[in-house]
Amino acid sequence: MKRVYVNEDRCLGCHLCEFYCSFANSGADDMAKAFKLDMAATPRIKVEEGGDINFAVSCRHCSDPSCVNNCITGALSVHDGVIEIDESRCVGCYTCVLSCPYGCIVIDKKNGGRTITKCELCTRNSQGEPACVKGCLNSAIVFEERGED
Amino acid sequence: MLEKEGQVRIPSGCAISGFISRDGNMISGEDAVKSISYMHDRSNGLGGGFAGYGIYPEYKDLYALHVFYDTNASREQTERFLDRHFDVVNLSRIPTRKHPNITNEPLIWRYFVTPLPTKMASSQLPEKEFVAKCVIRINNDINGAYVFSSGKNMGVFKAVGFPEDVGEFYRLEEYEGYAWTVHGRYPTNTPGWWGGAHPFSLLDYTIVHNGEISSYDANRRFIEMFGYKCTLLTDTEVITYIIDYLNRRQNLSLEDVASIIAAPFWSEIDRMEPEKAEKLRYFRNVFSSLLITGPFSIILGYNGGLMALNDRLKLRSMVVAEKGDMFYISSEECAIRAICPDAENIRSPRGGEPVIVTLSEEGKRKCL
Amino acid sequence: MSVNYFPAEFEVLRNTDKCIKCRACERQCANEVHFYDADFDKMLTHDDQCVDCQRCVTICPTGALKIHKNPNEFRQNYNYTQQIMTENYRQAGTGAVLLSSMGNPLPYPVYWDKILINASQVTNPSIDPLREPMETKVFLGKKPNKMSFNEDGSVNTKLDPHLELSVPIMFSAMSYGSISKNAHESLARAATELGTYYNTGEGGLHKDFYQYGPNTIVQVASGRFGVFKDYLETGAAIEIKMGQGAKPGIGGHLPGAKIREDVSKTRMIPMGTDAISPAPHHDIYSIEDLRQLIYSLKEATEYKKPIIVKIAAVHNVAAIASGIARSGADIIAIDGFRGGTGAAPTRIRDNVGIPIELALASVDQRLRDEGIRNNVSVVVAGSIRSASDAVKAIALGADAIYIATPALLAMGCHLCRSCHGGKCNWGIATQRPDLVKRLNPDVAYKRLVNLVHAWDHEIKEMMGGMGINSIEALRGNRLMLRGIGLTDRELKILGIAHAGE
Repeated sequence: MKRVYVNEDRCLGCHLCEFYCSFANSGADDMAKAFKLDMAATPRIKVEEGGDINFAVSCRHCSDPSCVNNCITGALSVHDGVIEIDESRCVGCYTCVLSCPYGCIVIDKKNGGRTITKCELCTRNSQGEPACVKGCLNSAIVFEERGED
Repeated sequence: MLEKEGQVRIPSGCAISGFISRDGNMISGEDAVKSISYMHDRSNGLGGGFAGYGIYPEYKDLYALHVFYDTNASREQTERFLDRHFDVVNLSRIPTRKHPNITNEPLIWRYFVTPLPTKMASSQLPEKEFVAKCVIRINNDINGAYVFSSGKNMGVFKAVGFPEDVGEFYRLEEYEGYAWTVHGRYPTNTPGWWGGAHPFSLLDYTIVHNGEISSYDANRRFIEMFGYKCTLLTDTEVITYIIDYLNRRQNLSLEDVASIIAAPFWSEIDRMEPEKAEKLRYFRNVFSSLLITGPFSIILGYNGGLMALNDRLKLRSMVVAEKGDMFYISSEECAIRAICPDAENIRSPRGGEPVIVTLSEEGKRKCL
Repeated sequence: MSVNYFPAEFEVLRNTDKCIKCRACERQCANEVHFYDADFDKMLTHDDQCVDCQRCVTICPTGALKIHKNPNEFRQNYNYTQQIMTENYRQAGTGAVLLSSMGNPLPYPVYWDKILINASQVTNPSIDPLREPMETKVFLGKKPNKMSFNEDGSVNTKLDPHLELSVPIMFSAMSYGSISKNAHESLARAATELGTYYNTGEGGLHKDFYQYGPNTIVQVASGRFGVFKDYLETGAAIEIKMGQGAKPGIGGHLPGAKIREDVSKTRMIPMGTDAISPAPHHDIYSIEDLRQLIYSLKEATEYKKPIIVKIAAVHNVAAIASGIARSGADIIAIDGFRGGTGAAPTRIRDNVGIPIELALASVDQRLRDEGIRNNVSVVVAGSIRSASDAVKAIALGADAIYIATPALLAMGCHLCRSCHGGKCNWGIATQRPDLVKRLNPDVAYKRLVNLVHAWDHEIKEMMGGMGINSIEALRGNRLMLRGIGLTDRELKILGIAHAGE
């Protein structure tokens, strides 16, 4: 399955992936509009910075995902390998946040943290391909098949 | 005023034809005239010429120099030069007949000469090199004099006009040779200078050529490093010098010469036997500046044979045919049929494929 | 000093309607031009630190940025231009020689732009490169003047060492140190994929890149940095750098700040020390000394590698080239006065040397006049900006061309001419690890390959138009060129006729 990977030796820590992610999931047709009109979504990718190394972190779409296994309402589910969130069923218990070993489940600040949100590989917005990959300045974030489950 | 060849480069299309009797039978120049007349529309009356091989058997060991002079002064100056360098055994005007379509003729002289042994010894040059140098010097340095033929037992006849008229003008029916080549010229502009007509020759090499080579200046600027002066700025001139350089001075066979000037493509070389490929890679490296590109079909005449060659893309027409010991080469089949209606094995050689026809043993005994 | 006397050269224009305050510009500007002001809740700028490298403009996700020349004007003066005045203010402040980078930007005539190329019409067919073979392979090296034959009469095909290029374009010398390791890696990988060569420059060769040796030209310059046996043996050819077009007659100076661990190892000098290349080679004070170095290098490499001698195009370049052609060199590289550099004194860069077009024309003619053109191949550098410049150079007589600035452009360089500052925002002319990282070799090498392929296609199109199907038939084919708006003297030097003739 194709997943988003980050080559940490290429990641510049520019944080643009976060902004492209916000825009991609905002529903707006213009990036400036998305941010000026407060439509921008909570980014599902986060750049971790540490000295010389930067690393953009987003959902790994694990084959045996503890977030899905532990979700108390069945809001998280797997479709064609992509772990999706059904916000209408999420009660904001944050069990998934606690159980994700990568810290990739994001509390949706847009609605005051009442639900969580997460990377769905841009399969449910108008992008077609992950916006963080497309927007990465240095081709550090890639969307590729690495033969992992 | 129009500039003549040498002051400006004049592109031209053309007709060429040639034939050889491999057994050395003598053929009248009339056949060459008849052959080219069938390609009248490939010329435009601004140049025609012939080269006959084996035409001077009585002087076969002497260099036959054919010279155009603008004035008697240039003739006298040239003759003084010739006297200093050669033993002149015979000299005369070349016989011509008045022809309504051939006008403005220069003085046309012929000399049978042999290099002075003392001069040649002091030059420390081989005989042919000595003669070639003398010819190049006359053409460069003596104003109004132009040596247009300088081989042994062969001769070039050329003028401004349609080639069939040129043949009549020079009374070619009175000459017999074992091989002839002929050229009808279609230049895009020319003031009609006789020296600019073809064949072009150096020693016994003659070239008739149909085409306009796009590599001209690359070839010219390279070959001029080796003592040649391209004074006419014509393709024929530079091709002749290239062949002289590779065949006579570098001792390469005519097949090798053909594989240099019409070199196979790299894609073809890569598919060849390693040994052959290595040689061709070497040639394309060392003689890269002698690759000729752009359209050409040429007939090279030399003592003992003819070589026909097309550019490697075959951008000009050329066919060959046989009948008995006769071998024919021409721009168009009609020119062969005109003199040999039942010619056989008519074919169109591939681009870059040299067709080399030489005298048989019998022919060599008779003619060389 | 409290007052600068001169204003910022550039002004950053930010469209606040578009700016989303993502601060990417701030994070990506090594010159610290952009910053976020919490009180205003706005992005602000220090314009005086901007070098107009266009990094921020390029990456801004909403296209909110523009950089333009500061419209502030000193009082109009055609003699004391604003530039000259500013330079004097600057020097009065520092007491130092002015430094610049990349090629001469002054409005001297560009002869490439005054030369036109021929095409076939009627008398000679043009050739379609999509339908017919079109060949751009080139060999560089000495050609014998006399054939030799084996005992069986076959041609003896033994030759002096040659370089074989599948395109007549090589990457010119840029040292590791002046450019980053990632830039070097990109060039090395691109040269390998293209079947051509890149040049180490005078900074030695990083161990990681020995694998690209068959496509590497190793340079020996006056500082002899990183020169040792393995280095010489690894390269496909050795280039002796006598001079550089951007700074003829002077050496080089790589500041200690750029001599970090890897550069220090590669150059074989202590970390943090300045790397100073002397102006001359101190073992070459004359042409006969050059001959000795050429043969020393040949001896050291068992006559297996062609030796290139690179010189800057100066006034008597033809005579110098003639001397080099007789000194045993296999290839002469000539670098014109517009050639780039990582750092050069401004006055030298802008005023010393001559255009490559004129130098090439006179060198090629001189070598032919002397009958020694076969002794050497001629490679030209120093601002060959496009495929048409390349075609013109080859038609004037070059065997191949060196490109460096176009290669830098392919990697992202925007010619801000601030390489000497060491803070290249594109990760090219810098050794700062966080900046070097910005050049991803996987991306950059592919862009280099694309660039050269694109040029090669264009060269083939132009050749086909001229009815030429092999690059060797273009070389020295000056009949294919015409001058436009040139004087008789210029035409004579270039060896070409005027358009219409």
